Amino acid sequence: MTAAAALQLPKTGRLTKSNAMAFVDLANPTRYLSLSGRFLPFLWAAALVGLAIGLYLAFFVAPADYQQGETVRIMYIHVPSAWLSMFGYSLMAIASLGTLVWRHPLADVAAKSIAPVGAAFTFLALLTGSLWGKPMWGTYWVWDARLTSVLILFLMYLGLIALWRAVDDPGRAARAAAILTLVGAVNLPIIKFSVDWWNTLHQPASVFRLGGPTIDPSMLWPLLVMALAMTLLFLALSVMAMRNEILRRRIRTLQRMAAGLAG
Amino acid sequence: MRLSASGLAAVRGGRTIFADRSFAVASGEILALTGPNGSGKTTMLRVVAGLLPPAAGAVTLDGKDDVAQAAHFLGYLDALKPALTVLENLDFWRRIFRSPGLPPLDALDRVGLADLADLPAGILSAGQKRRVAIARLLVSHRPVWLLDEPTTALDSEAERMLGALIAEHLKAGGIVLAATHRPLPVAASATLSLGRAA
Amino acid sequence: MIGALAAITGRTALLSLRGSGGAFVGVVFFLAVVVVVPFGIGPDLNLLARIGPAILWIGALFATLLGLDRLFQDDRDDGSLDLFFLSGLPLELVVLAKAVGHWLATGLPLVIAAPVLGLLLGIAPLPLGAVTLTLLAGTPALTLIGAIGASLTVAFNRGGLLVAVLVLPFTIPVLVFGVSAASATIVGPVPFLPPFLILLALTLVSAVVAPIAGAAALRSSME
Repeated sequence: MTAAAALQLPKTGRLTKSNAMAFVDLANPTRYLSLSGRFLPFLWAAALVGLAIGLYLAFFVAPADYQQGETVRIMYIHVPSAWLSMFGYSLMAIASLGTLVWRHPLADVAAKSIAPVGAAFTFLALLTGSLWGKPMWGTYWVWDARLTSVLILFLMYLGLIALWRAVDDPGRAARAAAILTLVGAVNLPIIKFSVDWWNTLHQPASVFRLGGPTIDPSMLWPLLVMALAMTLLFLALSVMAMRNEILRRRIRTLQRMAAGLAG
Repeated sequence: MRLSASGLAAVRGGRTIFADRSFAVASGEILALTGPNGSGKTTMLRVVAGLLPPAAGAVTLDGKDDVAQAAHFLGYLDALKPALTVLENLDFWRRIFRSPGLPPLDALDRVGLADLADLPAGILSAGQKRRVAIARLLVSHRPVWLLDEPTTALDSEAERMLGALIAEHLKAGGIVLAATHRPLPVAASATLSLGRAA
Repeated sequence: MIGALAAITGRTALLSLRGSGGAFVGVVFFLAVVVVVPFGIGPDLNLLARIGPAILWIGALFATLLGLDRLFQDDRDDGSLDLFFLSGLPLELVVLAKAVGHWLATGLPLVIAAPVLGLLLGIAPLPLGAVTLTLLAGTPALTLIGAIGASLTVAFNRGGLLVAVLVLPFTIPVLVFGVSAASATIVGPVPFLPPFLILLALTLVSAVVAPIAGAAALRSSME
């Protein structure tokens, strides 16, 4: 997984950057709505084509593992989901900086919209991890350091979603959520470290490694295609969620105006 | 129908708020309770409604003491849930009070808020919330209206509307008790003045 | 009258789900409790599987008590409670209707989440079914007992931890019989049915006692 992630980084790094630039260009929500409406179909098309190719490669072209057999195919969904769970949180952390430091009008919309998408991919990572674990460990769950860290990340996502839901006024919720997201970003390495420490204290290092650094090219390529396709899917969903959030806030404003006019 | 109170007294926290108060209101009459802040207008309404037990005396409606079942109470709280729509709020109280009145949309129309029926109650202004609370009196029929400062937060137009609704209720044989320190939008049949000195 | 009580149940459930995410937070809290326990006692799945039913029960207990303080507080703060008094509905049934609504929105999701969380603790299928069943039978008792606490604290504007502190001792019997019924399917020594029947009895008793006590507390809070 480490090798896969390392290879994946430059590509998605480029994507994030252009995405971040787009955020700067689209300073006002109206412009964001019209521009994102134009490029969203292409994003969806790219994501769906990528998924089709990736799933075909993963299920029909890639070989079965000599140890794990067919179950290794879960990896093609599990590893990209796990990667996206962290990618999503990083995006939220950047957006939170945007809220607190640059006071960008779309930053909190982005942070709020990415949270459920990120949580969904994190859940997918946990679900596929546990399905993969069943044949490997004989049970659906083992308190393995890596899985446990992802579970804690999932909890942090849920906490943020709860915070967004708890405060009615988006402006006030935004700052609180941004602070919590950044505290979380600082804390994640500490949590990861302590979970690793806790885990080695109780049992020898993790039962098996996902893929391992010497992954065969016949498996690496399908994995990379899947990672790219799922990243595109993640972005498409996030962009759509942001559009919905903007529209939701407009409805709220319109409702207030309606109440004001009738007053 | 006749609402009467005899020898009413109320004690809160060891302090006598008022004592030995009597009144009688018949169908079609409105009794105004007046007096400075702290003179016990709200307490009097709550005692009449049965929300507070009187320290002495009794309130009866046609000789029976089930005033609570026959009364609408409009307190200073609007009893609206911000997360529910205006219509959902009204519909809830219509189902709780069980005696049929106007359909909720018609009641909203009477207070001039029919357009806002589907908005969450939380975004309404104080005056609009007050008007929804007034509409609550219309969605289920109860002969006795106990109104605590009913004109609070209302503009002059809404005050006239409230006046029309009260007049209509009285004409239909209703009874109104209104605590207020401002002139009511309808002429009171009688006034009970609560003062500290009393 | 049934219609009015159903309206109260429905509105309580709806507000719990729609407003500020009370039900959602409860399930997340339940998950958080279950996740945190292994960090305290270690990741040994054999141990976790053995004490799993107890962990789930304690998690469900805390998650249930978490949102209870607002059960009557909101109605008092916005004047709804006054109107319930005037409605002529028996206050006991109003309390029961509100408790049922609250359980539907906060207790039932915990019961549904329990089997998933049980997998994290490596609980075997049979005990997992048993613990879910005991939670289904027992969490209504927790909500009902909690409703007494919520109605007691409504008079003095502070719920929160106070409700939990007041209520926790009264929930001990429910916890005892819930956990022992569920654990019976793992370790024994008692069979499943006797403690489970006692658990059902506790729920039924609290369905009678809680509305009476709750209504009395609400009445006294008016004065």
